Amino acid sequence: MTTSTLPRNDRKKPLNWRRIGAWVLVAVALAVTIAPFLWMLRTALSSNSALASNAGNLLPADFSWGAFKRVLGLQTTEEAIADGGSGAAINFWLYLRNSVIFATVTTAGQVFFSAMAAYAFARLRWPGRNKVFAVFLTTMMVPPIFTALPNFLMIKNLGLLNTMAGMSLPFLFMTPFAIFFLRQFFLSMSREVEEAAMLDGAKHLRIFFQIVLPNAAAPIATLALLTFIGQWNEYFWPLLVGQDENVRVLTVGLSVFKSQSPQGALDWSGLMAGTLVAALPIFLLFIAFGKKVVNSIGFSGIK
Amino acid sequence: MTSRLGDLRIALFFIFPAVIGFVAFFLIPTIRGIYLSFTEYSILGEPTWIGIDNYTAIFADELFWNAMGVTLQYVALNIGFQTVIALGLALLMHRVAKSTFIRGALLLPFLVANVIVALLWFWMLDYQLGIVNEIMSWVGLPRVAFFGSEQWAIPTIAFVNVWRHMGYTALLIFAGLQSIPNHLYEVANLDGASPTRTFWSVTMPLLRPVLVLVLVVTVIGSFQVFDTVAVTTNGGPVNASRVIQMYIYQKAFGESDFGYASALSVILFVILALVAFVQMKFLKGNESDLD
Repeated sequence: MTTSTLPRNDRKKPLNWRRIGAWVLVAVALAVTIAPFLWMLRTALSSNSALASNAGNLLPADFSWGAFKRVLGLQTTEEAIADGGSGAAINFWLYLRNSVIFATVTTAGQVFFSAMAAYAFARLRWPGRNKVFAVFLTTMMVPPIFTALPNFLMIKNLGLLNTMAGMSLPFLFMTPFAIFFLRQFFLSMSREVEEAAMLDGAKHLRIFFQIVLPNAAAPIATLALLTFIGQWNEYFWPLLVGQDENVRVLTVGLSVFKSQSPQGALDWSGLMAGTLVAALPIFLLFIAFGKKVVNSIGFSGIK
Repeated sequence: MTSRLGDLRIALFFIFPAVIGFVAFFLIPTIRGIYLSFTEYSILGEPTWIGIDNYTAIFADELFWNAMGVTLQYVALNIGFQTVIALGLALLMHRVAKSTFIRGALLLPFLVANVIVALLWFWMLDYQLGIVNEIMSWVGLPRVAFFGSEQWAIPTIAFVNVWRHMGYTALLIFAGLQSIPNHLYEVANLDGASPTRTFWSVTMPLLRPVLVLVLVVTVIGSFQVFDTVAVTTNGGPVNASRVIQMYIYQKAFGESDFGYASALSVILFVILALVAFVQMKFLKGNESDLD
């Protein structure tokens, strides 16, 4: 680092050069994080034939929208091959629809049912409550691969392989983390409003929907956001049970798209265009709710 | 509300869906997974009980030991680099750059799918056309077949995942740093402690619970690395990057040997439980020096 050669004339801030050095490190970290995404964009806007001869050019080589057209199905196979594509196809719109359905359904179910359970664990008094909660929590320790094989067999026996139901069911009802996360917030809510509204047991439904849920809108939205991102990115389970074209999600579609290409003739610009478009919803969510996501990470790690 | 049972009836209603999910997709699969590990089961027909044969076979299975070795190599590289880099980033965020924008930018790779990150680096590290090799040849370094060589496959996969996770891990540590009361630093400052001394005597001890947690979460996560491997090397070249989860996947879905694959996942489960237990005990993760 060359920052130590900077003049240290300001005696009141004797460690100024350390600060500059620290900022240089921050800048390097940002560059290392952001540059690959820009390279992705640059590749997606290049044509495959030009990529080969301009590997190090920082700007798109032979600028073209071809890769995006190819991925979005706006180009015929002949055009794609003429453009340097491999002829491998990605049924992007179908996979996009599947990803949207899969991520939305599992997020909605998981968050809602976990909120119900969290309400029972936080606001209701019943024998065995803490024991049952502890049992739920221990499942956080079970690695996903361990339950994946028996779950696959069960889904297969139920005849739900390659269906949206088979893909969604294991995520639909709960995760221990979601229950834990919401329980924390429900515990901290004041009992007074609730008690005023309470007349008998049947009113709990009303309290849940009209008092608890609206008051916990912020943590519920944060949890839903984190869950959605996780589900959108899920790969292993959809790979096992959702191989069929009709239910294939984007993550699986991209890996198939990559492996379809014969060795040595990968459609790099098509692949990068595909990954960019598949990541687009995450980028958009991040632009809209970035602060929420960032500020919730400190909490979400404390599982 | 006067009865001993309290709100039991309505509580049962509220936890009913979660209990269904728990029993159907966690409890029964756990029991069934353990049962299947004592059987020979090829998905066609019924599982046949064979006692501990799978486990004795695993013990003598060179591919298993290879997968364990590869996984441990990955875990060590991944955790080592990730923890050090993340700690550095967290300190930078804490001292100089608290801005949400910077934290957000560093978090971005973590929010993008493993598959996308893997494809992106598969391209950037390509032997022929990858920008990394291109830059290396400008500087006069020889080209490296990052994903294609037995020697580099695992370090490369570890690097890709460090890149993806460093911002996330840094944020966890950053949250820990923020919980350290400021007056402790003021006292250290008054006592004339150097920044280095303060770091080792104040920051590190108080950060310990968070670091333990981060270590447990990341070690358990990295033992289960799969997506990156599946998309880039698929376990190759030869067996160089066949991590344990890849081996389980190939046994189950490649060779239809579900009994053997189940036994492998029981072993992985036991290892992870031991790792978590030892880490918590050894590093006394539950106690904070603040109490």
